[in-house]
Amino acid sequence: MSSAIPASLFEQLSHQLSQVTGFIYPNEVETQWAILIVVYPYITGIVAGAFILASLVKVFNVVEVQPIYRLALLTALAFMLVAGMPLQLHLGHPERAYEIFMTPQTTSAMAMFGFVYLWYLLGILLIEIWFEYRAQLILMAQQAKGVMKWVYSALSLFSKDLSPEAIAFDKKASKFVTIIGIPSAFLLHGYVGFIFGSVKANPWWGSVLMPIVFLMSAIVSGIAMVMFLYILVSLLRNEKLDMRCLDKIGLFLLVAIIVDFALEALDYIHRIYQSEESIGILAELVSSRLFTSMVIVQLLLGMLLPLVIIAFVRITRVNEDMRRLLYFTSSLLILVGIFSMRWNVVIGGQLYSKSFRGLMAYKMELTGIESLMTALLLLALPFIILTVLYRLLPPQWLEKNAPAMVH
Amino acid sequence: MNKREFLKDAILFFPAAATLQALAPAAEGSAETAKTPADYDATRHWYGMGVDVDKCIGCNRCVEACKAENDVPEEPFFFRTWIERYQIHENGETTVECISTRAAPPEQAEPEDPSVVRTFFVPKLCNQCAHPPCVQVCPVGATFQTQDGVVLVDAERCIGCRYCIQACPYGARYLNPKTRTADKCTFCYHRITEGLLPACVEVCPTEARIFGDLKGKADRLVRFHRVNQISVLKPDLNTEPKVLYAKLDGEVR
Amino acid sequence: MRLPEQVKRLGFVLAAIVAMVLLLRFVILPPSMFSAKPHQAAAVVREMAKPVHHAGVAACRECHEEQFQEKYGGAHRKIGCENCHGPSAAHAADENAEKPPRPREREFCLRCHAYDAARPNGFPQVDPQQHNPRKKCLSCHEAHDPVPPKNPQECGGCHGRIERTKALSTHALVACATCHAVDERHMTEPRLALPTKPGSREVCGQCHAPGSTDPAASKAVVDMAKHGGTYVCWECHYAHLPEGRK
Repeated sequence: MSSAIPASLFEQLSHQLSQVTGFIYPNEVETQWAILIVVYPYITGIVAGAFILASLVKVFNVVEVQPIYRLALLTALAFMLVAGMPLQLHLGHPERAYEIFMTPQTTSAMAMFGFVYLWYLLGILLIEIWFEYRAQLILMAQQAKGVMKWVYSALSLFSKDLSPEAIAFDKKASKFVTIIGIPSAFLLHGYVGFIFGSVKANPWWGSVLMPIVFLMSAIVSGIAMVMFLYILVSLLRNEKLDMRCLDKIGLFLLVAIIVDFALEALDYIHRIYQSEESIGILAELVSSRLFTSMVIVQLLLGMLLPLVIIAFVRITRVNEDMRRLLYFTSSLLILVGIFSMRWNVVIGGQLYSKSFRGLMAYKMELTGIESLMTALLLLALPFIILTVLYRLLPPQWLEKNAPAMVH
Repeated sequence: MNKREFLKDAILFFPAAATLQALAPAAEGSAETAKTPADYDATRHWYGMGVDVDKCIGCNRCVEACKAENDVPEEPFFFRTWIERYQIHENGETTVECISTRAAPPEQAEPEDPSVVRTFFVPKLCNQCAHPPCVQVCPVGATFQTQDGVVLVDAERCIGCRYCIQACPYGARYLNPKTRTADKCTFCYHRITEGLLPACVEVCPTEARIFGDLKGKADRLVRFHRVNQISVLKPDLNTEPKVLYAKLDGEVR
Repeated sequence: MRLPEQVKRLGFVLAAIVAMVLLLRFVILPPSMFSAKPHQAAAVVREMAKPVHHAGVAACRECHEEQFQEKYGGAHRKIGCENCHGPSAAHAADENAEKPPRPREREFCLRCHAYDAARPNGFPQVDPQQHNPRKKCLSCHEAHDPVPPKNPQECGGCHGRIERTKALSTHALVACATCHAVDERHMTEPRLALPTKPGSREVCGQCHAPGSTDPAASKAVVDMAKHGGTYVCWECHYAHLPEGRK
């Protein structure tokens, strides 16, 4: 026998054990996947969703949304760069993480993470952004001085061709990458849903609908994030906001929310109707431990209220300022609501015992590796990266400096 | 394996083999002497365990012996095996308690509750499933099933992602706070490959736990499997557990 | 078709990355790094080499045959030595190493023998508060062959739950022998000489048939001819707690 586990772990587990009601298998007292694993699907969801929104421009020719095309791509990239961090920090042995690339077990959905992530980052996002920005990078290289000249030249891979044929090719290539990018984005976040959905041991997770629901809520969060950022950036930079674009994003967001709500409602109706053995403890879970985060935050504040607000905006003729405020509020509510949804799935699935006879608790630590502090840092980081990307690759640079080049 | 690893393992063998040789006569029942990995043929065995629920007295010695044998943290949050206490009431409600997490045994006997119609103890442990969902989900192949039917964790390769702990329907796994890798009952692999019994079986006072080789001809578990009506936990999940329960009440999850 | 200049550049970069990956995977790094199998085999070897802490009865017997024989015929014969004496592999390897403890405290025996309703029927249990409180168990019972100083007077020594349940019921004052015939052998070889269960309704009829003189039973008088078909009474009525009533 041995002892002397870290004091913070002992305290957390002692507290969680005291909060148990009913019976749990003794090993279940520890919450295996904690706040960092809530952050991860949230971030990849935004990546996938932002990319899907961008793809509407290229593949489905929704020209109204063109003004946020580059912002959406940069958002996807900023969040993508952070996506792997919560996972890395969560591992018991982060220094062995490379083994996922060396000896991936093909029966494990999680083993696919490394490859899907790399494919999406290198094969889709970076290439897409490169084709989109290549002309601008060349021009910026020409105008820049000193170090930045080399940075932009390197980013353009020392390309020099600005002929109309080259520009036309960029557009075609971009479209082609986007077409492959859509199923890739589905895969990027769909496999996360599958990681949960394929766990037969846990009826809260193990459902055929899980990958679909995850994907749909990812799209909702991605669109909401781009909308939120568009309003925020135009506010901070004192730039004119294209209301037609914002209205169009609002429409897509509305449709996405309705579909997401329908899917989640279907999941619940189906569960209650089938009434399998787990229904008793799951109903108790929702009505006690998850009531606030699920019914209040996720459903009412995060889904129904924004749905009503956006529907209201579309039906009535409120003025621009009011519309902007309502869109801003809705997108913020949705972002919080989708985070709550991730919480309810990940943490919720670990708050009830697989014996179906008891409920547990999760006491989130405030500081430490797996803590609120780290989660907030990881959520703030993409915004910081986006700020850098925005300065490095200004989306509106061509309009101001080389209008002839604008697609 | 490279030369350095081979030499390191070879050097460790000699004191290990010497200890094993000293314990050789301790090999219960069988005529085989201490085995080194070279002469142990895993394909000739398929280990399982039998649990006779009617015999368990809930003394919890198996849990303590396991912790001592396998260096399991003594805190009540990590168990390779544990005992559950069931009380089924006349109105059909069932109350379950894990007695292994109790800080101390109860001071005095509880007054008799006439509404309890059935009450018993159930030992639980890793079921060493023939179709293990934990092995299926390991991203790096750090947990695997041996040819003799035991599911092990390679503590030197486990990355501590905890997916296997999520995938186990029986709550048999935990993350070892010292090694920060997944951990669980190994049927005392280091003992059974020497012809010894797992520690929990060794100390059980009432023979509620039976260890054996399902490929054996004259084996306690094989007979257990023949003369008892056998159930397993959560058969609907198709994990094919190899811990066979006799006289298991339908209320046990 | 002329490849646009930018495609050539991008293609070159991508090709370089792919080439490096392929080179690392198939040429530079050893194949064992890309398969879990050799590592699993090594893990098996490591697992097998882990130290043994419990020696097992056969090892204890080598030096302590006397104690083993003492235990062999008694009620504790199936209990491994290390159940009470703790993991002793170190002692088995070197007798001068730390000797296994000899638990003498009352609490130690009570861990198995203190009354708990969930323990199986027939397992000897005592009420710690009633049974020689505060006295050391070893003062009356030899640990390796724990014959009780007197044969249990009441059946409750091994059938505690039944006795306690019956004590709450309307049958509290009915002695076990009223309904069960017990052979002497049941005290020493319980499973080989089981007590009888009433084979006919007349046993219960002693008190519950019409014309019974028992004042307590007069509350539950039954016409034996008409009630309950061909069943023996206890097939419906739980005699230790009739009708589940206290």
